[in-house]
Amino acid sequence: MENLLNAVVLAANYLVIPATTYGCQIALGALGVTLIFSVLRFSNFAHGEMMSFGTMITIFTVWGLQAAGISIQPLSTALLALPVSIAATIAVTLLTDRWVYRFYRVRRVEPIIMVIVSAGLMFFFSGLTRFVIGPEDRNFDDGVRFIISAREFKERTGLAEGMSFRTTQAATIIVAVACVALLFWFLERTRTGKTMRAYADNEDLALLSGIDPEKVVMLAWTIAASLAAIAGTLYGMDKSYKPFVYQELLMPIFAAAIAGGFGNPLGAIAGGFLVAFSEVALTYPYKRLVSYLVPPSWQPDGLLQFLATDYKYAISFFILIIVLFTRPTGLLGKRSA
Amino acid sequence: MAFLSGQDMTGGYTGTDILRGCTVEVEKGEISVVVGPNGAGKSTAMKAVFGMLVLRRGKVILDGEDITGLPPQLRVARGMSLVPQTHNVFASMTVEENLEMGGVTRAQGVAETIGEVFELFPVLAEKRRQPAGELSGGQRQQVAVGRALMTKPSVLILDEPTAGVSPIVVHELFDKVIEIAHRGVAILMVEQNAQQALAIADTGYVLVQGENRFTGSGRALLADDEVRMSFLGG
Repeated sequence: MENLLNAVVLAANYLVIPATTYGCQIALGALGVTLIFSVLRFSNFAHGEMMSFGTMITIFTVWGLQAAGISIQPLSTALLALPVSIAATIAVTLLTDRWVYRFYRVRRVEPIIMVIVSAGLMFFFSGLTRFVIGPEDRNFDDGVRFIISAREFKERTGLAEGMSFRTTQAATIIVAVACVALLFWFLERTRTGKTMRAYADNEDLALLSGIDPEKVVMLAWTIAASLAAIAGTLYGMDKSYKPFVYQELLMPIFAAAIAGGFGNPLGAIAGGFLVAFSEVALTYPYKRLVSYLVPPSWQPDGLLQFLATDYKYAISFFILIIVLFTRPTGLLGKRSA
Repeated sequence: MAFLSGQDMTGGYTGTDILRGCTVEVEKGEISVVVGPNGAGKSTAMKAVFGMLVLRRGKVILDGEDITGLPPQLRVARGMSLVPQTHNVFASMTVEENLEMGGVTRAQGVAETIGEVFELFPVLAEKRRQPAGELSGGQRQQVAVGRALMTKPSVLILDEPTAGVSPIVVHELFDKVIEIAHRGVAILMVEQNAQQALAIADTGYVLVQGENRFTGSGRALLADDEVRMSFLGG
């Protein structure tokens, strides 16, 4: 019995909690990508860099707040800095639209041209963030680290395995749930949100109904930029901020958006969790977990790890390939990516 | 001068003219029907009247005012409303949301107008929470017309409202069109069901290759042997 409990605690500690947290971060990113796809009808390759930019602003703001001696202990100062980061990311994204995307939009170019434009912006912004803040790994979480630490958990339960729950993990989950709830309330219940869905559903009829396309586009960018800043900050707070890692995040985010069905917000969330749980579950060494569940004579010799963690992005890639081959419209989607 | 009049409309999409001096008119409270063979430019004529096509020659006059250069959105604001032939509902949105989107330019009174549309099309009230894309062809056309009525237009342009609709429902839809006209709306309609459509038309236009071939009251056109033989299948 105690062995079983140990196994459950172990699984929760190394699989469920980290994958849920990571899933929330990916889902927020995928929501932004899917939103831009439904309204502007192209895949925004610069979304990872929007997340990176937002996180950079968060870090600068955190430094400023720390220098001024302002904090919200036990919570991370980054949460206090988040509104500044959101505002800055929105401003930069809207300027990007005004100066770059709109030029192509009014010429009604093919979606693939927009994709290439966004790839260009991706390179520009990845250069910009590296130039401004540098390519190093940065830790900016200064809150109390644990809500429940592993040692505390062991002492209280008397189990051999400990389960920790970090403050950043709790913050990620709470903020993500709040964002998703707010987004769905906006899309389903408000008139402005409905005009956005109408425009995504049928652009021509939206025009005939008197919906202003520029307004809808600005709104889509504003929401996508906010989601990017939030997702980036949560990811960096939970792990760390490194521009290169953020660039690589584009892969799981796109895998999530496509797996869930491009243009489908619910699908993006489902896809986020699918990708996150797959990545965590396939790179976790099961040796210790199995040792709790089998008789001592069956103890495994190897690590029982399907893939080394270095290959975790390959998993998103495989999910992407499998989905595109077997169900190109995504698990919940109707429209082809 | 008619309430809405597209006069001597000439133009097309790329180079070649689809409309060649075509004229259509409609009065408030009346129904004008445009019929003709495939490729005659009927739908193009509707688009031209609505400003979705740049005219090379000719003009569009609404209530005595030249609106030839006005973009479609501004025509909506002037009380014109168009039901396109295809993709005329927001398929992923509920019936009620479709109507709400139709009235999105109005600051108030949207709920009352939705009530009026539900009165006109009672079946829509039943299905108000259902996505429009899941409805039958006839019900979907009702949503499309309902959406267009949400601006309380003085002119309603219908591009083949009975396309893909069963014969019984065609009859029902035409009854509704008459009812809308009786409320004082000018209705300009393109139709494939020429016989039935001309029967309810105050004015009928037979369009051939972008030109007016016959014009007259619906009754007169139906009685005309030449029109019957060549366009109405005898």
